[in-house]
Amino acid sequence: MKLFVNGKEIEVPAAAMEKRIVEFLREDLDLTGAKNACDVGACGACTILVNDEPIRICIKRVKDFAGQRILTIEGLAAPDGTLHPLQQAFVDCGAIQCGYCTPGMVLTAHAFLLNNPRPTREQIRNAIFKNLCRCTGYQQIIDAIEKAAPHYQRGERGLQAASTPGKPASRHTSKGVNLAKAEAG
Amino acid sequence: MPELDKKSWRNDAYAKVTGRAKFTDDLKFANVLHAAPAYTDFVHARIISIDTSLAENLPGVIKVLTARDVPGTNRFGQIIRDFRIFADDKIRYHGDVVAVVVAETREIAIRAAQLLKVNAEPLTAVLDPEAAMLPDAPLVHENHGTNIVNTHVVRRGDVEAGFRQADFVIEEKFQTQTVEHAYMETEAAVCVPRSTDGVIEVYGSMQHPFSTRRFVAACLGVALSEVEVIGTPMGGGFGGKDDTAAIVCARTALAAKLLNRPVKMVYRRDWSMRESYKRHPYRVHYKMGVTKAGRITVVQCKIIADGGAYCSVTPWVTWRSTVQCCGPYVVENVHCDTFGVYTNNVVAGAMRGFGSPQMNFVIEQMVEIAAQRAGISGVEFRRRNMVRQGSVTITGQKLDGHKVAMEQALDTVLREMDYEKKLAKCAHGIGDDELYGIGLAMSYRGVSLGAEGVDFCAAIINAQADGSIFVEVGVHENGQGAESAMLLLLAEELGVDLNRIRYRRSSTSNIPDSGTTVASRGTIMGGGAVTLAARELKKKIAGAFCEKLGCAAEEVRFKDNFICGRSDTDRIAFGDAMRQMWQMQQFPFALGTFKAPRVTWDEHTGQGDAYFTWVYGCQAVELTVNKKSGRVKLLNAVAAHDVGRAVNPEMVRGQIYGGMAMSTGYGLHEEVKAPEGKMTTLNLNTYRIPRSMDLPEMKAIIIENPDPVSPTGAKSIGEPANEILAPAIANAIFNATGRRHFSLPIHLGALPEPTTCGEGCK
Repeated sequence: MKLFVNGKEIEVPAAAMEKRIVEFLREDLDLTGAKNACDVGACGACTILVNDEPIRICIKRVKDFAGQRILTIEGLAAPDGTLHPLQQAFVDCGAIQCGYCTPGMVLTAHAFLLNNPRPTREQIRNAIFKNLCRCTGYQQIIDAIEKAAPHYQRGERGLQAASTPGKPASRHTSKGVNLAKAEAG
Repeated sequence: MPELDKKSWRNDAYAKVTGRAKFTDDLKFANVLHAAPAYTDFVHARIISIDTSLAENLPGVIKVLTARDVPGTNRFGQIIRDFRIFADDKIRYHGDVVAVVVAETREIAIRAAQLLKVNAEPLTAVLDPEAAMLPDAPLVHENHGTNIVNTHVVRRGDVEAGFRQADFVIEEKFQTQTVEHAYMETEAAVCVPRSTDGVIEVYGSMQHPFSTRRFVAACLGVALSEVEVIGTPMGGGFGGKDDTAAIVCARTALAAKLLNRPVKMVYRRDWSMRESYKRHPYRVHYKMGVTKAGRITVVQCKIIADGGAYCSVTPWVTWRSTVQCCGPYVVENVHCDTFGVYTNNVVAGAMRGFGSPQMNFVIEQMVEIAAQRAGISGVEFRRRNMVRQGSVTITGQKLDGHKVAMEQALDTVLREMDYEKKLAKCAHGIGDDELYGIGLAMSYRGVSLGAEGVDFCAAIINAQADGSIFVEVGVHENGQGAESAMLLLLAEELGVDLNRIRYRRSSTSNIPDSGTTVASRGTIMGGGAVTLAARELKKKIAGAFCEKLGCAAEEVRFKDNFICGRSDTDRIAFGDAMRQMWQMQQFPFALGTFKAPRVTWDEHTGQGDAYFTWVYGCQAVELTVNKKSGRVKLLNAVAAHDVGRAVNPEMVRGQIYGGMAMSTGYGLHEEVKAPEGKMTTLNLNTYRIPRSMDLPEMKAIIIENPDPVSPTGAKSIGEPANEILAPAIANAIFNATGRRHFSLPIHLGALPEPTTCGEGCK
């Protein structure tokens, strides 16, 4: 079976099929951005994007994701390390404190803005409802997502980050997002 | 390198936002073993035997560790050495750990931990702190002789005279709940025996590397120099990553030492919730005498704090409650008795606020009740009683060494909220489905440890021959941005770009023990040490180059990456200067030590200069209460805090927002539930911390009155931000519904229709 992780095709060994996907990503692929913080799907720290939808993966198995397109936080910045505009907004707005919820929070916001590039603050607040943060009170996180939204409105190149190589999904093109192949490394 | 935005700059932001930051569980070591703790189902029991054989026989299990395996001391603590690394004589609460299983995988360790057989004689559990204080109560620690851990008092003025002067007396009882820090990252440790010299390296999630080192060294029976705690990004602490985190490291280090292999133990959320210490639940009986003119003449109070099964820092937490038992108000006659008590409940220890959130919930409602009786507004009542420049606190401390900004904070919030106008719109229980209310609360807070403990901090600056600079400070990066604040202060003091300076990865083997990063002391103590070290370094550099620059050493200036003489054209580039110092056989190296100014305390009278300086803050909130469901919706919240000086303004605001959010949870949602001493709120689906939708838009206003005793002018924000929104919410709920709530969290059912016919008319 295959996974597409951050634009790379990954062949999954049979022995790993029953593993929890969060452990497979963290241990086998060394993508430790997704965190195990509750193991019951309550906190959102393990959120990744699967076909552009935010999924809390701590209770899911590798086999549940056969053939799916996965984006982890490690795949969001450009291959040269330049921050994605959403990441840059998190930095600029002081939205990062301890950083443990940050990967899940950024990915949830990314999926949200791809679908809704002109959100109200209330819609942003609603969008991150499933991601817990104990440090920030969410205020500067909402500021950051709001600040990043114009980049999504303009449909900037490279915005969607990783996708299946050569097979950009088409669902967002109608909303003005230019899907570039930003292969994450 | 692009221009750095110093308003929100963090040295770790890039790593964290890209997922590259390596927290403890993200660290990988070859040949690593995994450990898991074993609990029992007892709440209070005498241990007869522990049978580890079933667990040990499970394939993949390497060793099961119990108290018998501890080569050093199994009993440790910061104040009383009653914490057990492994329960030895008794089980004292449901979170006591009797053994740790070490196995080839985490799954095997967890499975094996359930195979442990503990034979124990159940004892009567004492779960009510007031019952625990009775002479015939079962003892949690027999050798302590009583369940009373500690007492504190304040004896000021003449309480009887105070009551005679009062026109009326208000007497109420309050109760607060047990709450959990709920840091996103649970306790975690990886310990690695270093093959070259046998030192145990500890990587872990903790906010007190030096206390951790003491716990580990004591448990292993080795010198402090044989343990090295290495700074690792930490996913939140809020006061909660001290004792328990240190014990988790000690158990892991023991396994690593005995097995001579790296060992990792990462706590599952339910272990963390069950075992880790919590914020103390309080019971407070409070009597306040007041004149018709709205002056407080006397306060008499009794404070009982449930410390749970072990002492932890209960004496220090309750000390702050005692010192601040009248809030920011001048009261001439005070009689306060405070008790910290052992029970068989979950251990209580440090949590952001440290004894103040409980007391402010009491005081800030008492003043509103008193104001109402006196027929004046809560704001006016506060003005008549609050501390001002030169006021004397209830412990006899004159507030004159810094700007007393209580009224400034209050006025700032009133103005921003348009408070008094909105106050007139409150529903007081009458109206349509959504009842509107606004409320506020304010506090002052002693900065840093005060008379609790030894308070000083070190910083080391080590400039390199190419002009790059290392700095390391004895405060810990808890996620709050401590390292960034130190770097910003150093760049400013040395007049160099931020990107020259690197924060050296901290190690307990390098920087002197500077205490714990708690008590909102990081910026004031750490920043003070950095600034003093930078001044020391500048003195050395000035001495080396003043002749060349043609001026006196005192005239040398540091700006824009240059070392300048009298004129800006007489200058040497910082990098060149560092290289030349190397050639002159001089190290551009400095150690700075900031010692907290002297504080005094008389334990018998509760009088003294308790803290070397104070901060002031006020918060207000608007809300509606749904009459049918009792649902509270927060509409807006505003905070104003005097922080002395904001080193990193966005991070200061972040502390304020986060503090208000946590205080909202304290007020409305959060409660650790443990019927019969067995916790049922074991994860984040049952223990409800605020989500984005629970919170309103917030505004954080920074007030800056640089403090003369702080070398940087900066003071504190972490805890002040977290200690007053719950009472503000309680006051707003009163203004919305006409009903007072004396216990936390505030539970509102459907509200009865307001009636005029008294009890029993239905």
